[in-house]
Amino acid sequence: MSINRRKFLAIAGGTLALGVAGKQTLKVFAEAEARKSEGFACKRWAMVVDLKKCHETEGCTKCIEACHSTHNVPHFNNKKDEIKWIWKEKFEHAFIEQENEYIPSDIKNKPALLLCNHCENPPCVNVCPTQATWKRKDGIVMMDWHRCIGCRYCMAACPYSSRSFNWREPRPHIKQLNPDFPTRTRGVVEKCTFCDERLAKGLKPACVEACPNKAMVFGDLEDPNSEIRTMLGTNFSMRRKPELGTQPEIYYII
Amino acid sequence: MYDTGKVLIGILIFILLFTSPILINLAGGKSSVKANPQLPQSGKCIESREYMKDYHMEMLNTWRDKVVRQDVRFLKKADGTYFLLNGVKAEMSLTKTCMKCHENKAKFCDECHNYLDVKPYCWDCHIDPSLVKKEIMK
Repeated sequence: MSINRRKFLAIAGGTLALGVAGKQTLKVFAEAEARKSEGFACKRWAMVVDLKKCHETEGCTKCIEACHSTHNVPHFNNKKDEIKWIWKEKFEHAFIEQENEYIPSDIKNKPALLLCNHCENPPCVNVCPTQATWKRKDGIVMMDWHRCIGCRYCMAACPYSSRSFNWREPRPHIKQLNPDFPTRTRGVVEKCTFCDERLAKGLKPACVEACPNKAMVFGDLEDPNSEIRTMLGTNFSMRRKPELGTQPEIYYII
Repeated sequence: MYDTGKVLIGILIFILLFTSPILINLAGGKSSVKANPQLPQSGKCIESREYMKDYHMEMLNTWRDKVVRQDVRFLKKADGTYFLLNGVKAEMSLTKTCMKCHENKAKFCDECHNYLDVKPYCWDCHIDPSLVKKEIMK
């Protein structure tokens, strides 16, 4: 059988295209398989913080303690070196754009609970030069401390000060080491990861579990029947600095 | 060349002195320092000894990427079932899986790493379980 040049090129090109397309499809399937979570399945994780319930126990820091001891977060007395994953801040500092002097004093003077907002549109992810921080399919803004080079671009980009830098070796400043979770080293940025390691085992975040007043509700925003959606549907809620367009996933009920 | 004989003898003495540590070891038939990692008494490792010797570092890197970047946490056998450790699914974790059997970092990990003068930075962050035990004893 003779074959002319045109026919040969057509067959060769066609085979190549089919091969590439097939391989790409397989790859996509393989990745989808790999991404399937083995713990909680979810489309978009989010949290509601009910500040009224949070204020029921004055001076309570149970969530902060639970988080920081679970994740080996060091404690420095010096504010400059402070590392924080979840912390309390005055309402008027947390919701700075409110610019309202005359809100009820029990809101104004009481602290709001702050943590990483796991933004829908995270500015920290856009600036990271090493992809040490990225947005997971389920909405969590994750961190890979192995890859962080400590450039602190993400800290400059985050409008919520959710990220802390390890200026000093953190290990000597951890009260009680939790051997199941790594510490960080000097020169690495850290923040809340929505307890990805607990979610993988079907557990809720440590702060949510520790709260005695059940002030924090954690769940799937895309599930219309979830507790979090019911709460958002029946209460007026606020997010921090919505005007920036980052679409935070932490909602506050005031 | 002047004093060829003396110079050659000098060079020979220098070479002998310089290589004396190696020569002594050769004559004695054994090296003075030897890596002797302490293996756990019971239990079976997830991979063969030869595989682990050659590839444990690559395996740990793969685990790291799977766990952190793909959220795939648990260790599967070739047939797709999960590895079990004390009745629960074993995680792809240095401290939570490997070191459950190889408990003693100093007598297992450090033995070879010191011998080969490699300094893996795993423990800059991941916690040697014996460190915590010591702390509790304090």
